[in-house]
Parts: sequence; C-alpha cells; structure tokens
Amino acid sequence: MLRYTLRRLLGAIPTLFLVIVLAFLLVHAAPGGPFDDERALPADIEANIAAAYHLDEPLPMQFLRYLGGVVQGDFGPSYSYRDYTVSELIGRSFPVSVHLGILAMIVAVVTGVSIGVIAALNRNSALDKIVMGFAMTGISIPVFVIAPVLVLFLAVKLQWLPASWTGSEGASRLLLPVLSLALPQIAYVARLTRASLIEVLSSDFIRTARAQGLGTAAIVRYHALKPAMLPVLSYMGPAVAAVLTGSVVVEEIFGIPGLGQLFVRGSLNRDYTLVLGVVIFYATLIVLLNLLVDLLYGAIDPRIRRR
Amino acid sequence: MSVVARIWARMRSSKTVMVSGGILCVIALLAAIGPWISPNEYVAADFGNILRAPTLSAGHVFGTDDLGRDLFVRTMMGVQVTFAVALVASVVSLLIGVLYGATAGFVGGRVDAVMMRLVDTLYATPFIFFVILLLVVFERNFLLIFVAIGAINWLDMARIVRGQTLSLREREFVQAAQLIGVSTPRIILRHIAPNLVGVVIVYVTLTIPQAILIESFLSFLGLGIQEPQTSLGKLVNDGTDQMEGASWMLLIPATLLAVLLLCFNFLGDGMRDLLDSRQSR
Repeated sequence: MLRYTLRRLLGAIPTLFLVIVLAFLLVHAAPGGPFDDERALPADIEANIAAAYHLDEPLPMQFLRYLGGVVQGDFGPSYSYRDYTVSELIGRSFPVSVHLGILAMIVAVVTGVSIGVIAALNRNSALDKIVMGFAMTGISIPVFVIAPVLVLFLAVKLQWLPASWTGSEGASRLLLPVLSLALPQIAYVARLTRASLIEVLSSDFIRTARAQGLGTAAIVRYHALKPAMLPVLSYMGPAVAAVLTGSVVVEEIFGIPGLGQLFVRGSLNRDYTLVLGVVIFYATLIVLLNLLVDLLYGAIDPRIRRR
Repeated sequence: MSVVARIWARMRSSKTVMVSGGILCVIALLAAIGPWISPNEYVAADFGNILRAPTLSAGHVFGTDDLGRDLFVRTMMGVQVTFAVALVASVVSLLIGVLYGATAGFVGGRVDAVMMRLVDTLYATPFIFFVILLLVVFERNFLLIFVAIGAINWLDMARIVRGQTLSLREREFVQAAQLIGVSTPRIILRHIAPNLVGVVIVYVTLTIPQAILIESFLSFLGLGIQEPQTSLGKLVNDGTDQMEGASWMLLIPATLLAVLLLCFNFLGDGMRDLLDSRQSR
C-alpha cells in the first residue's frame, strides 16, 4: 500500500509541473505588459516598476522565482487589488467556497445514492423511468441555467428563500446555492448508483444471500451497497472538479464572496497574477483530490493496488 | 458511402435517436430561417417597446430586452452560435483525436506509451480554467474560443481511436498492406481511418454537449461571445439580471439551451447504445 501511495504521489508531480509551466507561459505570452496604460509612463518609472516585479529578468529566471514562490504557497502580489498578495486573497475567499462545496457534495451523495438505490430496486418500473428521465435532465442542464431559474421561482416569485448572499443570514441563504450546485451531481450519482447496484444485484453472492432467506433491505444494506459504491467513489474526483467549476458561476449569480467570484472578477479585470495563481491553485486542488480518491479506491479494492 | 448508409439504417431503428435528432433539426432550421424572415435586426433597438413581454401584436414573439432589441432574432442568433460551436469543436476534436489516436495505436510500443501518458497528464488538468486564462491573456475572439473548445475535446477521441486501432492493426488486411510495402501514414489514412468511422461518429456526438456547455459557460461569465453578438449563455446571463421584471428574458433562452443540450445528450446516448448492441452481438 505504501509503494502504491508513493508511486501515485510521484505520478502527480509531472502533471502539476506541466500545469504551472503552461499557465506561466500563457500569461507571459500575453501581448503587452500588465502595467501598459492609455497614458505612457516616464521611462524611469516604468523601469522601476519592472524591477519591483522582476519583469526585467529573463523569462527562465522569472519562472524559477515564481516556481520557488508557488512551492512555498506564495503566488506574488495581485495587480488589481492593491496591497494584497494573491495568497491572501485566496486565503480569504477559499473557506467560503469550501463550505459551499462540501455541503453540495454531501447533499449530492446522500440524495443521489438514495435515488439510485430506489431506482435500481424498482428497475424498469414507471418510477424508475421517471426518475432516470429526471436524472438525464439534471445531467444535461448546466448549473448556470438551473441556478437562475431556481432563483426566479423560489426567491422572486414565491419569496420562500433569499435571492442573494448579502442581506440574509444562516441556512436560508445557503439553500439555493447548495441546491444549484448539487442538482447535476445528484443526477450523476443516481445514475451511477443505479447502474452499478443492478450489476452487483445480479452476481452470485447476492443469489446466495437470497437463498439464505435474507430480505431485500438487508441484502442491499449489508452485501450489495458497498461494492456498488466503487464507481460512485471513483466519480468523486470529477464531481469535485465539476462542483468547483460550478461554484464559479453560482458564486457569481448569488454574489457569494468565494474563490469563484474572485476568479471571475480577476479574469474580467485582467489581473494576470491573480488569475494565474487561482488557476494553479484549482489545478493543484483537483489533482490532489483525484489522487486522494485513487488512494481511497486502492485502500478499499485491493485488486487496484496490484496493477 | 456504404458505411454512412449502414449507420443511417441503424439510426432509424432507434426511437431516442430519431426523436432527439428530429427536434434538433427543427430548431436548427428555425435558427437558420428565423432571423432571415423576421423584420427585426439583432442590433436594432425598438425604443417604443423596451422590455416588452412576448407578444404577437408588436411583432416581438419572444419579447424585447432592456435595450428594446428583438429577442427572437437574438435567441436564434444564440442558437446559431451553439450549432457553430458544435460543428467546429467536433471537427477540431475529430482531426486531432483521430490522427493522434490512430498514430499512437498503430505505431505502438514506446511511442504509444509516451503519447498516451501525455493524454493522461492533460486529462488530469482542469482545462476550463486554462481556457479562461487564455481568454484573459489574449483578446476575446470567436475563433480562439472555438478552437480552445475543440482542443479540449480531442482527448476522449484519441483514447477511443487508439483502442480501436490496436485491434485493427492485427487484422489480415492491414498485415497484407504492410507486406506489399505500403507506408505507415498511408495505411493509417487508407486502411485504418475508414474503419473507425462508426466509433468516431458516436463519440463526436457524445462530445458535442460538452463543447456547447463550455461555450455557454464562458459566455455566461462574460468571457465568451461579446456584445453586440450574443449566444445562449450570454442571453441567460442577461436574463438573470432582468429576471424580476422580465422573466421571459431568462426563461426563453434557458429553456432553449436546456432542450438543445438534452437532445444532444439523448442523441449521443442513443448512438452509443446502437454501437454497443452491435459490438455485443
């Protein structure tokens, strides 16, 4: 298990390195500098600014300096938020996104698995078909369509829930964002659970359990659910990535001061260092979470480790 | 064209494929002719009818937006963009994916290992953020978005094509071609590629919703298609800002985007089922 963990950990390093190199080169391939303005600055001031941000050094030097910083969690100063470093901005906004993301993931897994189990047990019934039709709809419709429509009906028309983050408190303001983020994932998890539970239920050891006189509930609870959860677990990596991407629009729609909103604002303001930092941060997070899922998978299913 | 004819015959046997394909054709036709027969222009403001709800009498069947622009023409324009994205992204992912996958699969050995390792590495990187970075750094233009989307989608295609090529490589007709001294690029183009058509068509349909999603996501954030041009993602965003007084501005483009994505997803799923049933037979 240790060898497997180490091998996987080492495998993630080239990916991360590639991400940083690509992102860095992209930003530095930009036509013009970050301080180009309508009004030309005096030459010595321009030189001073360039020196302060190390823009006068050759590109490889700049890259090594940046890489050194990134390894220590320092993404440099933000260009548009004066007096803030990118790390400070990320540190301030990320907890809000994590809170939202974790809640959405919990809702997605609990609801998705329950729906999937019900559908699998009533396979090919009318209920199954309706539920899976909804699941296909949930998968197809993007978060940025679901969220505004939910706001329109639940917040604007019915006024059950607050439409925005600011000016409201507690659980009520969390409900709509979490629901918007979770809905597509509920659909995916439900489909995966249904398909894999149907497969597991047709295997020999389940037939043996049935022959011993166990009821359906006990079979699902004690024998079938655990192996059926493996595909769901391996979906957790992509799910986290999807929730992260979704949080970018959800935070924008509800005005939540999280990392996604920071990223969008930075993109629209052309804050190069901020966007570069957030991209690398997101990429690292996704790669590490994928790794974690793989390791968990290996821990649960010994067949994987031996490959 | 017997391959295409066979695929068509099989497609006709699936209700899912025919219904979703039919709806897509109707919407495409409407988007192609609609703006042409409508008396309104997509940039022209009708100042007497600002934020007008959908009505037949004023000549704005989908209503107007906060600048008095006709939403039918603008929505249809958005649909055109959606189909353009689907087309360009498919072509780009097809070209890169098929060539890359077929080369890796056919050459095999160390070249294959390195090439597929690169695909795995790229697969683990969150591309959408890179596209956003690309759009921040360079001018936000149409073409860049389209190509970027296609460039994301080729990875799946490369994997599938490689797998297929691996099995095709061992077939007698390929060995025969090698025996009489046909060059490798020519074998890939003449003997391998035509046999991949079925699989490739299915996987192209499966990647289309993905491409549409990315474009509308970027446009929603204001990083994609720019004013006065528009796309469904941008229209949904405009509608979000105006939802309190003008819910049609949100609901019409949102519904259309949802229907398009749903149909493309069902089409892809249906096509894959057709392919699977053939393979399992």
